[in-house]
Amino acid sequence: MNSNEAADTLGVKFEHSIISTVNFRNEISIEIKLEQSFEILSYCKEKLDFDYLVDITAVDNLGNEPRYEVVYEIYSYQHGYHLRLKTGVTESEREAISVVDLWPTANWHEREAYDMLGITFKGHPDMRRILMWEGYPYYPLRKDFPLAGKTSEMPDVAFSEPVPLNGGPFVTSPCSASTDKREPRSREFIS
Amino acid sequence: MPKNTAPVAYDSKIEGNVTFTKLDAAINWMRSNSLWPMPMGLACCGIELMATGASRFDISRFGMEVMRFSPRQSDVMIVAGTVTYKMALAVKRIYDQMAEPKWVIAMGACASSGGMYRSYAVLQGIDQLLPVDVYISGCPPRPEALLEGLMKLQKKIETEQSFVEQKKALLSELS
Repeated sequence: MNSNEAADTLGVKFEHSIISTVNFRNEISIEIKLEQSFEILSYCKEKLDFDYLVDITAVDNLGNEPRYEVVYEIYSYQHGYHLRLKTGVTESEREAISVVDLWPTANWHEREAYDMLGITFKGHPDMRRILMWEGYPYYPLRKDFPLAGKTSEMPDVAFSEPVPLNGGPFVTSPCSASTDKREPRSREFIS
Repeated sequence: MPKNTAPVAYDSKIEGNVTFTKLDAAINWMRSNSLWPMPMGLACCGIELMATGASRFDISRFGMEVMRFSPRQSDVMIVAGTVTYKMALAVKRIYDQMAEPKWVIAMGACASSGGMYRSYAVLQGIDQLLPVDVYISGCPPRPEALLEGLMKLQKKIETEQSFVEQKKALLSELS
């Protein structure tokens, strides 16, 4: 079996839970409904031999509905194929379904998604922050969180302050001009 | 004291072993030549710090080779690497546990100013929490740069007047 066949199998078995399937350069991304996400991932693991959860990450599509998207990268060491499953999480619910019971490694991935974007995972055994300190009041990878950060204060634990950006962030823009034109600069100077 | 000796006498046994100096100069000489570093390795600068401690660069030429992982036994904290806000107060607590006199070296761009991390998570320079004596530029600095920084710190210690200042404080307290 290869990833195409695995995707087809899923497509037949879960016809009503799959929103779309995209094949980009032989990488297959399948968008699935949140309610059936555990069921589908469980089927992937048990029946399609996806024995390895590469990563769980999340995306903030501010302005779109559903606002968040949880992305599962799964891989089969047994057969050497890969799938990407995505599921939308709405702003109001902000809750996905934990897959710790399928792949224990999901524990820390889901904690990171929670820490950075504030999405909780139903059924997670230990839903705590993992990178920022316990009690930090913001979710820093959300699109509406300023790049410079915000002030926070927890006596004896940690504090944070906005950083001076001095015109930054400095970004490059793709073009074929010479190096001095291509070097990173502030957005206001990019025409 | 034997009966026939005068209270002040020339003693040929200690000839050549006595040096007259100022107390501060003696104190500074002793302090600056046995700096015990507290290695606060937080990122890639910590790797260069380890290289400095290894045989190629021979940090013990300057009497600084006794890296102690206990703040209570150290004189100079080398903050080597990115100080995140999560780590910042832990660094401060370790600094507070060091006995006086103590000094701080900010090694590398991150410890000095936050470096390339203009980020919500990174303290923009350890000098916001601790009194830094020497800043070392570089990302990361080479071991030679760290040794140069430590030598600069030795020069700084040699100009200190701790005894004179203590005396001044005592006199002003008495008057």
